[in-house]
Amino acid sequence: MQPDNPITNLLGQYRDIPGGLLPLLHAIQREVGYIPPDRVPAIAHAMNLSRAEVHGVISAYHDFRTEPAGRHTLQICRAEACQAMGSRALEDHAKQSLGVDFGDTTADGAITLERVYCLGNCACSPSVRIDDSVHARVDPARLDALLAELGEAG
Amino acid sequence: MSGALPVLDRPLTRNVRADRSPTDMAAYEANGGYRGLRAALAMSAADCLQVLKDSNLRGRGGAGFPTGMKWSFVPMGDACSPGHKYLICNADEMEPGTFKDRLLMECDPHQLVEGMICAAYTLQADVAYIFIRAEYHKATRLLQEAIDACKAKGYLGDNILGSGYNLEMHVHSSAGRYICGEETALISSLEGKRANPRAKPPFPQVSGLWGRPTIVNNVETLCNVHHIIERGADWFQSLGLTADAGTKLYGVSGRVKNPGCWELPMGTPVREIIEEYAGGMEEGYQLRGFLPGGGSTDFLTVEHLDLAMDYDTIGKAGSRMGTGTMIILDDKTCPVGFVKNLTEFFAQESCGFCTPCRDGLPWSAQVLDDIEHGRGLPEDMDTLQRQVAFIGAIGNTHCALAPGAMEPIQSALKYFREDFERHIDGGSCPYCDGGNS
Repeated sequence: MQPDNPITNLLGQYRDIPGGLLPLLHAIQREVGYIPPDRVPAIAHAMNLSRAEVHGVISAYHDFRTEPAGRHTLQICRAEACQAMGSRALEDHAKQSLGVDFGDTTADGAITLERVYCLGNCACSPSVRIDDSVHARVDPARLDALLAELGEAG
Repeated sequence: MSGALPVLDRPLTRNVRADRSPTDMAAYEANGGYRGLRAALAMSAADCLQVLKDSNLRGRGGAGFPTGMKWSFVPMGDACSPGHKYLICNADEMEPGTFKDRLLMECDPHQLVEGMICAAYTLQADVAYIFIRAEYHKATRLLQEAIDACKAKGYLGDNILGSGYNLEMHVHSSAGRYICGEETALISSLEGKRANPRAKPPFPQVSGLWGRPTIVNNVETLCNVHHIIERGADWFQSLGLTADAGTKLYGVSGRVKNPGCWELPMGTPVREIIEEYAGGMEEGYQLRGFLPGGGSTDFLTVEHLDLAMDYDTIGKAGSRMGTGTMIILDDKTCPVGFVKNLTEFFAQESCGFCTPCRDGLPWSAQVLDDIEHGRGLPEDMDTLQRQVAFIGAIGNTHCALAPGAMEPIQSALKYFREDFERHIDGGSCPYCDGGNS
């Protein structure tokens, strides 16, 4: 374990916080983009938990990934209001234009496509989320424009 | 807030600006902010609780349980063993179709913080958490800023405004799990565990977070607390049109002209909300039904439009007011596909602890998928009815997720049965050219 490893540094910061495992996992994911499965034993040791407990938590929550995501994440809402306003057409368009299915990352590592149930933006459906920004009233043309703004085209 | 609205007393959204920009400490205080906190600190905790009880405030997260009564189960004074007491704000707004708490937190974060300080004082809790959806980035940042501003002003921390009362407050980001909306699952998650619900009793009021007395309340509920303490129970009662007191954030989404969220008197008729505030249906679409309070409530239909939107009235009509944010089902959207989509969501969100939920919900989703795509058999209707009866019965499952998931199915079978039968008889979805199936 190298002392300059970012995960090792984080382990020290969260071990004394009550219920610190979720904040720690969030911090690791922010830092390195995912939770490397080979670091689970170190996380368990630092938090005084079993590896099974740590694995159980990682696998219980949708937000934690165990492999790297693309440089950007596109989430398309598929809850009822968005579906009524055409989000299925948007899903099809995104899958086709990116050439990936939900949960997958484009070959160039640019964009990970995900589905999400309700972004809490139902009055302005259909909604998508790109990284940390929610965009409202998105049709296929607008989605193309938003993705183009990422500067990943090509 | 949108549209031309009559002038009403709207305590919860009085600081919500047209451009949705957040209200900062200076603007909040200029509009009477933190007066409720001073009023609360001048009273005893027991007196604060009595005002809350008299106000008839009911939980805005969906269940509608009287807040004062819920709080009265928390041990106080010498009856409480030494140690922490916790107040948790449930800001994990994940009910499909619900977008009211985000509005409150993004536009007026100080209102929630002040409501929480007053609530924690009433309970004599010394630690408060805001358990918030990870997706709500902006709200998370604004709440943290509001907490920091309160610490600087002496509204949080030790010896708040010289009262001798201490409170620390933290924002905790969830990691994406619908079941965290269930209070015992939320507590498990906050402890750093899988978000599995716990058996009750013991109730969290007695043994919650780390085994200590804990209250979990919804954002909108807590936003009311300081207004009630400052202005009194009679004022709060006078806001509502029916027996349920106060105002309520009502939302409408789907194919209406003006979808949105409005603070209106509790008990405003459904028709007024949909036709006046939401502008009625879009051209070319007709209302077939609506889920009155999010994805886990029973459908109501056109015949229920003149009901008052309050807990008791909607409950008597066979549904629940839930979060008060309605999802509209129009006549060009396939009800079978609509319900299937919801069921897939609930199946995905099952924590897996108990069999009826873990295995039953995917089975229901599969049956609905078969029917939607014309592969259904006549006996599938009986299968669904059996599942509704078995999974939907309270007591057969570990928590309320699966019974909630059955509510849209059972009411769709009741009100839209001919749609299911047309899929089965015709061997295809009659709505397919509508693009929604």
